Amino acid sequence: MDFGLTALTLARMQFAFTVSAHIIFPAFTIGLASWLALLNFRWLQTRDRAYLDLFEQWRTIFAVVFGMGVVSGIVMAYQFGTNWSVFSDRAGPVIGPPMGYEVLSAFFLEAGFLGIMLFGREKVGDKLHFAATCIVALGTLFSAFWILSVNSWMQTPAGFEIAPNGQFVPTDWWAVIFNPSFPYRLAHMVLAAYLTTAFVVGSAGAWHLLRRGEDPGSRRMFSHAMWMAVLVTPLQILAGDMHGVNTLEHQPAKIAAIEGHYESYPQGRVPLILFGIPDDEAGVTRRKIEVPLVGSLILTHSLDKPVLGLDAFPKEDRPPARIIFWTFRVMVAVGVAMLGVGLWALLARWRGQLYTDRWLHRAALLMGPSGFLAVLCGWVTTEVGRQPWTIYNHLRTAESHAPLSAEMVGTSLVAFVIVYFLVFGSGTFYILRLIARLPSQRVDVEGLGTTRAAGVTPIAETHQHRT
Amino acid sequence: MFPLDLAHIWAGLIAFAVLAYVVFDGFDLGIGILFPWLRDRRERHLAMNTIAPVWDGNETWLVLGGGGLLAVFPLAYAVVMPAVYPLIIIMLLGLIFRGVAFEFTFRTKRAQAFWEWGFAIGSLAAAIAQGLILGALVQGITVQDRAFAGGTWDWATPFSALCAVAVLIGYATLGAAWLRMKTDGATRVHATRILRLGLPALIAVIGAVSLATVWVRPEYMQRWFSGAGLVWSVIVPVLVVLAGGIAWTATRDNDRRVMWPFLGVLALFVLTFTGLGISFYPNIVPPGLTIVEAAAPDTSLRFLLVGAAVLIPTILAYTAYSYWVFRGVVDPDQGYH
Repeated sequence: MDFGLTALTLARMQFAFTVSAHIIFPAFTIGLASWLALLNFRWLQTRDRAYLDLFEQWRTIFAVVFGMGVVSGIVMAYQFGTNWSVFSDRAGPVIGPPMGYEVLSAFFLEAGFLGIMLFGREKVGDKLHFAATCIVALGTLFSAFWILSVNSWMQTPAGFEIAPNGQFVPTDWWAVIFNPSFPYRLAHMVLAAYLTTAFVVGSAGAWHLLRRGEDPGSRRMFSHAMWMAVLVTPLQILAGDMHGVNTLEHQPAKIAAIEGHYESYPQGRVPLILFGIPDDEAGVTRRKIEVPLVGSLILTHSLDKPVLGLDAFPKEDRPPARIIFWTFRVMVAVGVAMLGVGLWALLARWRGQLYTDRWLHRAALLMGPSGFLAVLCGWVTTEVGRQPWTIYNHLRTAESHAPLSAEMVGTSLVAFVIVYFLVFGSGTFYILRLIARLPSQRVDVEGLGTTRAAGVTPIAETHQHRT
Repeated sequence: MFPLDLAHIWAGLIAFAVLAYVVFDGFDLGIGILFPWLRDRRERHLAMNTIAPVWDGNETWLVLGGGGLLAVFPLAYAVVMPAVYPLIIIMLLGLIFRGVAFEFTFRTKRAQAFWEWGFAIGSLAAAIAQGLILGALVQGITVQDRAFAGGTWDWATPFSALCAVAVLIGYATLGAAWLRMKTDGATRVHATRILRLGLPALIAVIGAVSLATVWVRPEYMQRWFSGAGLVWSVIVPVLVVLAGGIAWTATRDNDRRVMWPFLGVLALFVLTFTGLGISFYPNIVPPGLTIVEAAAPDTSLRFLLVGAAVLIPTILAYTAYSYWVFRGVVDPDQGYH
């Protein structure tokens, strides 16, 4: 099964597919772990039953998502070797130790305390159980720290030299880990993870408010999520802007491709291309709608600083603009929509209509998967924008892959696609079913009948009136 | 004797991580392999619940084995993975089904049987793939110009098939010993019966693999049957029989030493792993890639060693704590879901 493609193309498709599937789960668990710690804290502080109910409901969801994150993550840990062995051999001395630190300081921490967080409240008591929840949340952040450091090093490599045998050898670990793009990328991704969780939780709250009216759990879900939306989205836009300025400095070709600029602007005064169709072959963006000067303001925060276009780079060193021009715009549009919903909710809150404005709830419901869309589009933008390099300006993607046959890579790609859709598709279905239950309804496995929709069992109905 | 430079310290640590994985996840996978032989759904769910709080941590050792190899022996990682490519893929797919089954089985009635089979077959597939990978490594991997240079199916030999059978029996026996330790009543009796079948089979297959190993490559024969190696050739088999015997005597119905059979099988794993080490040394990938050649530069080894020296003992401490929290027999009426 090679589909007439080369082993290199198939290996790239396989990596893109498996890493895209994987990032969905950590993007969700990073934020969810922190929110669970908050809920646990509020429960201990107020002894308000609604917080405990929410904790228990989302803890179960966390367990399902986390399990999928673990198994899809193990695939990533081995794919560097199976498909990208030349990259592994050459870059291993630099990227390996930080990834080793990720395992030692984050994965073990999460896994070691997850069991206690999920099943151990009665065994260890409230306080230790809360500590375990915080440790799991901390573990997810440590993990983000290390893996984003590695990814950033591949984008903006620093602190190394190349040995005679071709290996990248670290000379300054501080420079390797805190490489030029790392702080921006870390901030951007962690905020993205928080927003992703906020909009999933907000969507769940909105759904319950629309469907059954007010309930303490649904109100809290919606309220917490909308606070996050209005507070974190502006921070995220700021972080994204700083990340963009940083990228312009270190990866100008990526910015040129994102913006659809094939020609350079030595005098500045760069227009912003809102929409258009980039044509990499011809080197022009067709049918474009431009706003004069705004491109300069966004990119250089000035009017007259020069900005390079793709024509400043040899053709073999250019990233494909036709993909990332669009993924970037989708990401930005989602961000603007998030800000809009956040402000709308703030206004509704001020007017005392947060729990009654049905159009707001409908909008929030629709925004449920928006974080995942933005995260995926953002990652495609930055990773495709790094092409044609695996290690920017030092190791080409075409020189990084393993000596494998196209049939082998193609067959395993098909296997991954089938298994991922089956397994993670089922997982998504179970999560939606868990979300569909009101937080005050206890987990009722027997109630998960074959034809009955979850959450409408008679027992569940009585629980609903309890609070 | 063993030179104490950074490369060899790391070889020891990676070996420890792999052994920790084999032991920890071995009993998890063993439960999955035994799944079809467990009596009914209640017993199967009970068996699953004995490992639900700890499987995730157990599997992390596999990530450390893989990720650690990339960090400190990148060349070994880069030649082994392509050499056993299909096996790695099968292992990963098996582990996916096995891992999600812990949650999915209890989230659905309609598809419950599907995920139970996923748990059993996933565990079986992962164990077989690991056994075949072991066989492929022992036979040796062809390396040229820092890359795998052998054929796609080099690993498919009767010897790797024998290794796969040995790993299967080993995991199943370890799983039975775990189940005996963590349950009571009828399930304990049932686990004991499986354990008493598994132990002699395990000793026999360890013997078979050991004998086959020294015929696979002439240098193994030399390492075991000349000079200092001869001492090991006597000591290791004696210890194997001793550990097996101790485990066996503690499997009587009224025996109160609940942990002994498990510890006995554990000792068998440690012994066979040590035997592998004796065969491999000084190579990390037989027949020709040595520990020193495959090692990353000292700056990489030193940087990660600082963290490992602090973090590995910490990990062992809180892992022990987690096992202690969930210690004792699992109550069938109080599942973890």
